[in-house]
Amino acid sequence: MKQFIRSIAAGALGLACGFAQADALQVRSLAASCSACHGTNGVAQPGMESLAGKSKDDLLTKLLDYKTGKKPATLMHQLAKGYTDEQLEQMAGYFAALKK
Amino acid sequence: MDRRQLIQTVSAGALIGPSAFLSGCASMSTNKGPKVVVIGGGYAGATAAKYIRMWSDYTIQVTLVEPNPSFISCPISNLVVGGVKTLADITTPYDNLGKRHGVQMVQDMVASIDVEKRTVTLASGASLPYDRLVVSPGVDFMWEALPGMASAAAKEKVLHAWKAGAQTVALRKQLEAMPDGGVYAMSIPLAPYRCPPGPYERACQVANYFSKSKPKSKVLILDANEDVTSKGPLFKKAWAERYKGIVEYRPKHAVADVDAQTNTLKFEFNDDVKAHVLNVIPPMRAGDIAVKAGLATANKRWCEVDFLTFESKAAKNVHVLGDSIQIAPAMPKSGHMANQHGKTCAAAVVALLTGKEPNPMPVYNNTCYSFVSEEDVVHVASVHRYDPEKKTMVTVAGSGGVSSAANELEGRYALAWARNIWADTLA
Repeated sequence: MKQFIRSIAAGALGLACGFAQADALQVRSLAASCSACHGTNGVAQPGMESLAGKSKDDLLTKLLDYKTGKKPATLMHQLAKGYTDEQLEQMAGYFAALKK
Repeated sequence: MDRRQLIQTVSAGALIGPSAFLSGCASMSTNKGPKVVVIGGGYAGATAAKYIRMWSDYTIQVTLVEPNPSFISCPISNLVVGGVKTLADITTPYDNLGKRHGVQMVQDMVASIDVEKRTVTLASGASLPYDRLVVSPGVDFMWEALPGMASAAAKEKVLHAWKAGAQTVALRKQLEAMPDGGVYAMSIPLAPYRCPPGPYERACQVANYFSKSKPKSKVLILDANEDVTSKGPLFKKAWAERYKGIVEYRPKHAVADVDAQTNTLKFEFNDDVKAHVLNVIPPMRAGDIAVKAGLATANKRWCEVDFLTFESKAAKNVHVLGDSIQIAPAMPKSGHMANQHGKTCAAAVVALLTGKEPNPMPVYNNTCYSFVSEEDVVHVASVHRYDPEKKTMVTVAGSGGVSSAANELEGRYALAWARNIWADTLA
């Protein structure tokens, strides 16, 4: 099932219509709000975690666990609560698609 | 085909300029494409310059006008005051904005802006045309509120050290020269001012230095505000427990004037305070050029903007970023926030110059670390989103917060934050 969803997502990403383009730019801006700490395009300097090229599932699980408080953190639990689950998924997908 | 033809062909085909071809560098400059001029290479301006280049696929020309030869960070500068870091530790060259991103760097001051003709005139006399202008000059001080500080001699003796650089080092030297048993007094203006927790972090850093090297000395905080404006309980805990007998905090102490000759602070209602080292953080407003250009429409002090694009409410095709703006509710004047302004504005400028709609729903965050000692740190974090009804940024309910207690792990994160945001802004 997961694979099925992934292939649909991959297919959707291939559609470069105007609407999808605007959406993609919105997600890029959303993800750029992480890059002050996690590096431009998700490639971090030493001492912070790089997000580029990580598995989408892993990133999303982590973010949702921060949000629910399941995963302890210094501040990521406070930041994750500021984004909707959909936004967290969009950001996870965006960083997963970037080069390491 | 001769060499010039070859270059022209390559340029036209790849939309890159001759300089890129000759240098073989990935970043490039071009004489084609819309022109953006950015005034000020701080956290907001430098970020905007880099991201406009990146997000336009290097098709928009960006010129960054900045008087300083390199970037000196205000965040972490209190550790220089405390003697834990040096100025070199918080200094980053501007080279990579040019080398990697093809930003044209101009080391100069801006003399004037003509919003009708869309030109910026530099102090050197040169004129730069623009399609869109980004004004990010940070803050300047309202010296008129402190008549005793008018002279150059007074300004040289009573330091603010609120723009990182020469004054940061000079304040450190004053503290080193102060005899043990002396008093360091710092005055804080009414909010809003640049970096709300900054003065309280500085008090901790000076107290940390005194506790180790000059234990009979005192840190006296004279705050115009009703109470500590950021991370209050965490700072008060540090003063009470770590720096007991060293730090004294006095709220509701608005400085009315300064006698620089005798190192004396004068207040409207309270007794004068004399100190060995006086550190006056004056009231602030938008940077001079923003005020001069008529962009400071809120009390002639701060610049009102459309939070979807950061376009000025006073001038078309002019965007204002960073500490110069009239902030949205609960939006701090911080370096991290300025970096986020830079990216939001960059996306909007690229959209507007390429005929697209700007992002209708910006969401971004603030993270701010303060060192209460050499290693231990406290943070405040928040997430902000655009509210289409209120037409401003609001904090997302349930998000954000502060550290439960000062801790060493966040000390390491704070330094990693600095490395990362300097790279995101400048590399």
